[in-house]
Formats: sequence, structure tokens, C-alpha cells
Amino acid sequence: MKKLAKWRLFSLLALMALILSGCGKPYLSTLQPAGEVAQRQYDLMQLSTIIMVGVIAVVTIIFLIVVFRFKRKDEQIPKQVEGSHKLEIIWTVIPILLLLVLAVPTVIETFRLADVSAMDEVNEDGKTDALVINVRANLYWWEFEYPNEEIVTSQELVVPTDQRVYFNLKASDVKHSFWIPSVGGKMDTNTDNINKFWLKFDSKGAEKANELFYGKCAELCGPSHALMDFKVRAVPSDEFDQWVASMQGIEEPIQPETALAQEGQELFNQSCIGCHAITPNNASPEAARVAPNLTDFGDRAYVAGILENNEENIKKWLADPETLKPGNKMSKTYGELTPEQIDALTAYLMELKVQE
Amino acid sequence: MHAEEKMTLEKWPASPEKQTLEAKNKFLGFWLFLGGETVLFASLFATYLALKDKVPGPDHALAKDLFEIPLAFLMTMLLLTSSITSVYAMYHMKNFEFKKMQLWLGITVALGLAFLGCEIYEFYHYVHHYGHTFTSSAFGSAFYTLVGFHGAHVVFGLAWIITLMVRNAKRGLSLYNAPKFYVASLYWHFIDVVWVFIFSVVYLMGMVG
Amino acid sequence: MSTYAQKKGFGATVWDYLTTVDHKKIAVLYLIAGGFFFVVGGLEAMFIRIQLAVPNSDFVSAGLYNQILTMHGTTMIFLAAMPLLFGFMNAIMPLQIGARDVAFPFINALGFWLFFFGGVFLNLSWFLGGAPDAGWTSYASLSLASEGHGIDFYLLGLQISGAGTLMGGINFLVTIINMRAPGMTYMRMPLFTWTTFVASALILFAFPPLTVGIFLLMFDRLFGSNFFVTAAGGNTIIWEHLFWIFGHPEVYILVLPAFGIFSEIIPVFSRKRLFGYSSMVFATVLIGFLGFMVWAHHMFTVGLGPIANAIFAVATMAIAVPTGIKIFNWLFTMWGGSIKFTTPMHYAVAFIPSFLMGGVTGVMLASAAADYQYHDTYFVVAHFHYVIVGGVVFAILAGTTFYWPKMFGTMLNETLGKITFWLFFIGFHLTFFIQHFLGLWGMPRRIFTFLEGQGLETGNFVSTVGAFFMAAATVVLVINIIITTVKNERVGNDPWGDGRTLEWAIPSPPPFYNFKQLPLVRGLDPLWIEKMEGKKGMTPAEPLGDIHMPNASFIPFVISFGLFVAAFGAMYRLDYGWGLPVLIIGLAITFGSMFLRSVKDDHGFHIHKEELIDEDDNKGVKA
Repeated sequence: MKKLAKWRLFSLLALMALILSGCGKPYLSTLQPAGEVAQRQYDLMQLSTIIMVGVIAVVTIIFLIVVFRFKRKDEQIPKQVEGSHKLEIIWTVIPILLLLVLAVPTVIETFRLADVSAMDEVNEDGKTDALVINVRANLYWWEFEYPNEEIVTSQELVVPTDQRVYFNLKASDVKHSFWIPSVGGKMDTNTDNINKFWLKFDSKGAEKANELFYGKCAELCGPSHALMDFKVRAVPSDEFDQWVASMQGIEEPIQPETALAQEGQELFNQSCIGCHAITPNNASPEAARVAPNLTDFGDRAYVAGILENNEENIKKWLADPETLKPGNKMSKTYGELTPEQIDALTAYLMELKVQE
Repeated sequence: MHAEEKMTLEKWPASPEKQTLEAKNKFLGFWLFLGGETVLFASLFATYLALKDKVPGPDHALAKDLFEIPLAFLMTMLLLTSSITSVYAMYHMKNFEFKKMQLWLGITVALGLAFLGCEIYEFYHYVHHYGHTFTSSAFGSAFYTLVGFHGAHVVFGLAWIITLMVRNAKRGLSLYNAPKFYVASLYWHFIDVVWVFIFSVVYLMGMVG
Repeated sequence: MSTYAQKKGFGATVWDYLTTVDHKKIAVLYLIAGGFFFVVGGLEAMFIRIQLAVPNSDFVSAGLYNQILTMHGTTMIFLAAMPLLFGFMNAIMPLQIGARDVAFPFINALGFWLFFFGGVFLNLSWFLGGAPDAGWTSYASLSLASEGHGIDFYLLGLQISGAGTLMGGINFLVTIINMRAPGMTYMRMPLFTWTTFVASALILFAFPPLTVGIFLLMFDRLFGSNFFVTAAGGNTIIWEHLFWIFGHPEVYILVLPAFGIFSEIIPVFSRKRLFGYSSMVFATVLIGFLGFMVWAHHMFTVGLGPIANAIFAVATMAIAVPTGIKIFNWLFTMWGGSIKFTTPMHYAVAFIPSFLMGGVTGVMLASAAADYQYHDTYFVVAHFHYVIVGGVVFAILAGTTFYWPKMFGTMLNETLGKITFWLFFIGFHLTFFIQHFLGLWGMPRRIFTFLEGQGLETGNFVSTVGAFFMAAATVVLVINIIITTVKNERVGNDPWGDGRTLEWAIPSPPPFYNFKQLPLVRGLDPLWIEKMEGKKGMTPAEPLGDIHMPNASFIPFVISFGLFVAAFGAMYRLDYGWGLPVLIIGLAITFGSMFLRSVKDDHGFHIHKEELIDEDDNKGVKA
């Protein structure tokens, strides 16, 4: 039996080692919480894991004894036991107690994470003191509207760290789900109603993640569900205010400087602008905002949420979005572009920067 | 007792619908089936309540515009009465009075047909006077699905009872067909009970808004 | 009329199976059809794992991947796991209660053919413009947006096969309530019978909401209604509720019979009666009851609010208690026993820790606030595969080995059986254990590919390797079946030697009337009781007499075929002129044959006493 106990201890340690070494990436993993919500959820996970590992341990011990000790050795008929009330009470009551230990914090946390009362506290201007962001999920892209600040951006959410950020969530076509794994659990974006929840982005966690968290769509929504990623830039609040100010400063589309980019702007204004806005104000109705807003495209880290933002990838995307994101709504809305046109458009897009 | 046996009044047992094992199975199985049907209608009721008055625009008719108590009340009375007449029919079956049973079943069928007539008129009225159709709104879809499912049950029930009446017209009662009549009447009662709920939930609650 | 199993030509055998109402032959049909769909669903699983073996894979395209994942889930649940369990229920349950047949042999056959035609219809989508692609849950906004006819195949196929399942459920319920042998009280019924009973009750109450949901979605897609069309006042959350009110009990519909199978196997190979029989029964009923109270735990992230989430979280956790009772009862059945490690027992023993893993992650998922992280990730994928594969598939494989001699009269090879077991067991844990972590590391489920640099490469590759082990195990199983069938070495009544329940008291396979004389049941494990008193078999409860049997019928096949035809009509009605006539013709076939069935008297036939006595003379020869 002693040998057995050692072996169990060893395997438990091995398991712990695996868990510790394999916590995933700081910008994506739920096991590296970078915010209050994720942290609370992580604590619940730990609590439940500890309880469950305990249960597994007890069962495993009985299991191993049974399997090794009661192997058939002779043809004797064992005693036929009906049952045991004492044992049955034990294994009914103890699990109930264990579940209570888990149920109480579960209920508390469930209510705490659903507390969005700050969204209802409106000041004289009809705005909230809390930072509110309207998230609108569309087939394979995300729109982020800041109603108080009156700006719209897409694909890259910009948020201040160390304060609660409140979200209104909805979908404009089919159901999606809004998830930033390392910052907090997901919530569905429904087509029927607006869901509300809050997240908090931890500055230390943001540092570890290089200020860029990965966001995902967590509800099957069509062919490119897997590629419906977005990114979250979590920056200190003064930097955030700066960003807001520079976004708000853009009332007219940014004028490109190089000749090639100007050529691109002309092309853009001929066709792309029908869907893509390049100013951040949210005057046009939602139904008209059918494609990502590109005001600060040049500042973004990724193209279409999935490709690193560089010249090569922009060109790849413009030439053939269908291969990169099957089923997206941009494919086939424009004719084939010549290499020159692609070069021009790329140059233009790369100059769409609101920050230095 | 064998199911095929030729029956006389003396030999006719007290509950002819559960004499053979097959009959007992049929009896129990049918009750269970009605249990499943209850859940089916419960789901439809829940859907209806969720979608009641959910219309795309203000020009669509709502429950309070549509429903009229007199017609719904008449339909309720027709169906309730038909339930009673089917009880009479079963009473006569238990007394081995085949002719009387057929008569009361005939009356049940007539009342059922009258109910269906009213329902068809009602639907026609909604469609032509209010533009309230199956496809006009979520409310319309839910209304016609719930009430229409019930209507389809009435049609099926009528077809069933008529088939039984015609098939057995010449040969009278036996322990083979007695459970069949009994189960069909059970089905008819179930349809009636569902209607009572439709009357309350759809029409009465629709009137008060 | 009484035709015994003489040597028949191939055509006659086929006709025999097309028209049979014998529960044992229907069981074989379920096993063949379910086994076929299991292989199809398994191939789909392999395509999924191959696609996800490496990042940015282009083994299959994004759209095709969604079709494969939808069909994998749908096929495995509706067309493989449930029919295979139905096969065992049909084959074994009537024998366990000492019945000569089920309550509704005709409806039993109808249930099978409806399932079969529904399954075939659903799978024909592969050849007719593409399979459904909205996941097995087919959430309304996505399934309404899905182009082509894939979703229509899903809806019509499941509607047809679902009707068959419902009929099967009612049939089993009535059989168990009305047709138990003398002395077989409820609290003497074997656990497999009990779990069949509770699972059937769940079917009765869980399938109608699915039927309604499918009707609504079908009306929306094919007949212009607006249940889930938000712009016209519809609401897609209704679908989610209806689906999960069905979907959660469905888990127990699958796993309870699996528990039942293990509750038979463990006592037999431990030579010890089931520990805490009455608490096992109680736990089964309680699980069935609670199963209806927890559906919204699949919808924690939908936004139902903290009150609903908290209630459903606590209710869900409560299910762990009766499940835990079962685990400990199985362990203590073996405790003090004399365990023989046959192939079925391998599965039963491996099932306990494997299923426990699925159970504990289930409790973790029940914790609503934490579930916001787990939901729709590979953690959930891992969890339900631990439940469904570690519980249900293990049980199906165990049941196949355990009941094979009873159903076919031959023993599967034990060595090959153990090879299958080990390959499957290792492959299963290799595939799914790591998926817990993939989910926690941020991998959503139902994604057709993943990008580099997210730390998901190794885990996915390991998982794919495991899948190949399971595929190999299945191949070995098929080889085993072929070898055994070709060798055809017949076995006696109780080939495992330690049978405890009534099915082991009669020949393998049993004669078509099962029991010449109904047995007298004197307690739990009736055969064991007789054996312990030194008797060879059961004491009859009645003198030898005529046996009443139902007639074979081709009508179930025709009724189901009519709906199969009608489904094509309903689907193509809007595209082609021939759609509507085909719909009408199909329904006419169905209702016409139902009408024929109801006006044509069918009294069955009797096997006469004399014939049964003749039987005795050539007992050894008869199959």
C-alpha cells in the first residue's frame, strides 16, 4: 500500500507540474487572469478543482483497492451484501456539504458579475459617469461604439486599465458571443435583445500581455467563426483619454501625404467608402454601418482581426479576402484589383493613423 | 377471454375496454401518449405566450383587436357538448348497446364538424378583415400554430371516430374493437381539455390584454 | 402461420427483417443501423481531428468543416448512441422481465423504420447540396441564415426519427408496466430494466419540446412563419429553451441506460449482488426527475440574468449527489467480490474513473460565474465527451461484448476484445483529457482552424493522435465481429457462467417466443437465486399452453417510407413544381397505410402446445 501511496503522490505532483507549466498565453488564457472578473472566475475554478480533485482522490483510492484486492483467485462465491445504510448516508451527505461549499460562492459571484447598476446612473447630460461601450457583433467583425465619447471604432477595442468598463452587447445578423478569455468570461450577443456586463482590465496583466489581449467569438456563427477574432488594447487611463481626444479630433477624413496614398484615397472614395466609414463619429444609423470603421486602421495591430498589420498582409487581404476569411461579406463586393490599385489602397490605409 | 369471441349481453364484462392484455397495453400506452401530447401543447402554449402581440409594426392587429368572445364561447360549448355525447356513447358501449353508441358517436362527430366549421370561419375572418395571417407576424405564426395544431387534432379525431363507426357498423361490439372505441373517445376528451386551455389562455386572456 | 427459423434464402431473410415485429430481430436491426451510423459519425470525427492536427490546416474548407461537425454531433447522438441503446433495450429488457414480447410489436417496428428513414434522409444531405452546418444545436438565427437545404435535411430527418424514438419510449414503458412475469415486482427488476424505464419516461416528456421546436424552425424556413425572425417580432431564445428542455434530458436518456448496462455487468463479474439496489433505483429516478430542472445551464451566457443563472446552477449541482451515490455503489459492489476481468468488465472498471472525470467537470461547469469562461470552449467539448464516450460509448462497447452471445449465440473473441478496449481507452483519454486545457487556454469550440502563436498547437496534435487510437480500436472490433460470425461457435444459455438475471436462463439466441413457460420470479437476480439453490433453471409459473404471438407486417416500413417521400416534397416544394405533389403522395402513402392498418383486423396467431412439445425434441439443433 505504501508504494501505491507514493505513486499517487507522484502522479499528483506531475499533474500539478503540467498545470503550472501549461497556463497558456498571458494574452489569451483564462488561467492567467488579467482583470477582476477573470480573477474571480479563476478563484472559483480553483475552488471547484480542489474539491473535485479531493473527490477523485477518494474514489481512486477505493477503486485501486477494489481492482487489486478483489481479483478472482478461486471459485468461491462471495458474500451477497445488500447494502449499508451507514455508508449510503455518508456518501450522500458529504457530497451535499461539498456542493454547498461550491454553491455559495457561485451564487455570490454570479450576482456580483451581473451588477451593472452603474450603467443606469445618468448625469445631467444624459451620459453615464462609467465608461460604456456598445459592442455590435457582425458576421466576422466587431464594432465598438463609445456612446458617451461619440466615437466608433472596430476590430480593436481600446480600453483604460484598472477601472470597470461596461458593455452593451448585441448582434446585427446572427448570434455571436463576446469573449476576452484572460480578462473575463463571455456573454452572448443576441439578435433579440441587448445584454449588459462589465469587465476590468488589470494594468499588470496588460503589461504581461504586451497591452494587447485577444478577443474571440465563442458562438458558432458561420464558416469563419474561427477567424472572428478581435484585439483589445488596454492602456493606462491617461493614454486612453489621449486616444479618445485624438479620435474625437478627426472630423474630416485623414488626408494622406504621399502621392501613392492619395491615389489610393481616390480609389477608396470611389467604392470602399460605401461600406467603410473613415470618420469616427456615429451619426449614421447602425443599419448603414455595414463594414468595419477604418478611421484608425493604421494604428491597429491586426488586419481583419487575424493578420499582423503590415503592408504584405493588407495586400493579401485586399487581393483575396475570401481565402483568408471564408464567407465574409466583403468578398465579391468589388471587382478584381490590379496590383497598382492594391499598392495604392494599401499605402492609403497605412496612413490612416490618429496617433503617432 | 379471447378478443375475437362473439359477444352477447350476458357475456359482456363490466369494463370491456381492458379485458385482454392487448387492450390493457393499448389503454396504458394511450394514456402515456396523451402525457407526451400534453408536453407538446405545453410547449406550444409557452411559445404562444412568449410571442403574443409580438408584431413588426403598429398597423398589425393585436389579440385585443381580434378575438370575439361570442364565437369562442360558441366553439367551446360545441366541443364541451361533444365531450359529453362521447361519454354517453361509452356508457352505451359498456352496456353492449351498439346502436345507441353509434348514434351518440354520430352526434359527437356532428358537433365536432360544427366546431371545425366555426374555426374555419374564424380563421377566414382574421385573414380577410385584419390581415392577420400565418406569415404576417410572429404573433400570427404562434396563434395559427397553437390553434391550428388543435384543429388538426380535431380533424384527426373525427377521421378516427368515423373510420371506427364505418368499419364496425355491420359487426357490432367485441372485445377486439371495444378498446378501440374507448381510446378514440379518450383522445376526444383530451382535445376538449386542450381547447379549454386555448379558450382561457388565448381568448379570455387575449380579451383582457 | 407459425414459421420457425428454418434455413431460408437470402431474399426470404431480408423480407423477414423488413416485416418483423419480433423485438429481438428489431434489436438486431437497431444494432446494424446504429453501428453503421456510428462508423459514419466516427469518420466525421476523424476528419475533424485531422483538420485540427495543425494550425491553419486546409484539409477541409471552413464551410465543409461546419457541416462535418454538425453531422458528427447529430449522427452520434440521434443515429448512433440512441439506436444502439435501443438495440440493447429491445434485445434484453423483455427477457429481463420475463416477457414473451413487447407491448406494441407493430409500433416497435414502426419506431425502428422511422428512425432508419429519418437517419438515411439526414445523411442524404451529403449528396444533395450539402449537409446542415449550424451545429447539432442548430441555434435559430444561424440556422435561419444558413443557405441551401442542409438545415431542412436536419429538421425533417430529426422530425421523422424523433417520432420513432417517442414510439419506442412509450412501447418500453407499457412493456415494463404491464408485461412483467409473475413475481417480477418493480423492486425486483434488474437495473437495466429500471434505467430503460426511466429513460423511456424521459423520452416521453423530452421529445415533444424538440418536436415543437423543429416544427417552428421548419415553418420558418419552409412555410414563411416568423417564430425566430426578429424583425417580425420573433425571438430566437425560444428555440434555445425548447432545444435544451429536450437537450438536457437527452443526456440522461443516453447515460441512464449506460448506467444500467454497467449495473448488470459489474455484479455478474464480481459474483456479488448490486450493492444498495434500492438506492440505485432511487438515484436513477431522481436523476431522471432533476434532469428536467436544469436545462438553462446550457444557457448561462445567454443573458437570462443572475437569478435564473443562480437557481439553475444550484439545481445542476444537485444532480451530482445521486450520480455520486451510483459511483460508490458500483465500487462497493466490487468490494469484497470476486472480480473476473473479462472484456465487458474491463469497460465497466474503466468507466468508473472516466465517467467520474466527466461528472466532476460537470459540477465545475454548473458553477455559473465560472461557466462564463468554460462555456463554448474545448473545456465543454472535453466534458461532454468524457460523459458521452466515457459513459455511453464505453457502455455500448461493453454491452456489445456482454450481450453478443445472448443476441447472436456466439462469443466475441476475448483477446481481440481486450485489444479493442486498451486501444480505445488510451485513445479516449489521449484525445479528450488535453482538451480541458485547450479550452482553458482560450480555444473556443466549433472552430474550423486555429492560428499559430496562441499556444494551441501541441494540445491539438496530441488530441489528434489519440483519435487514431480510437479509430484503430473500432477496426479491431469490426474484425472481431467478422471472425466470430464466420467461426460461428454456438454457446449455451449462460455463456459468461455467472448470469444472474432472466435473460441468461433461456437459450442464446432465445426462441422467438422467448419463454415456453413464463418463469416464476422469487427475488432480485432470479436466476442467481435458483442457481444458489442448486437448480439448473427457472421454475415455470404456468403450465405449458398455447402462446399468442403477433403477425409480421410490412406496414411499418411503408408508413415510414411515406414520410421519407413526403419530406423530400416538403423540402423542394418552393424550388420545383414537383415538390407539392410529392409531399401529398408521401403523406397519402403514410396515412393510407395507417388507414389500412386500422381497418384490417389483426388478431395475431397462436403457437399450439403440441408444437412447443415438439420443439423439445430437437432443442440442441435449433438456433
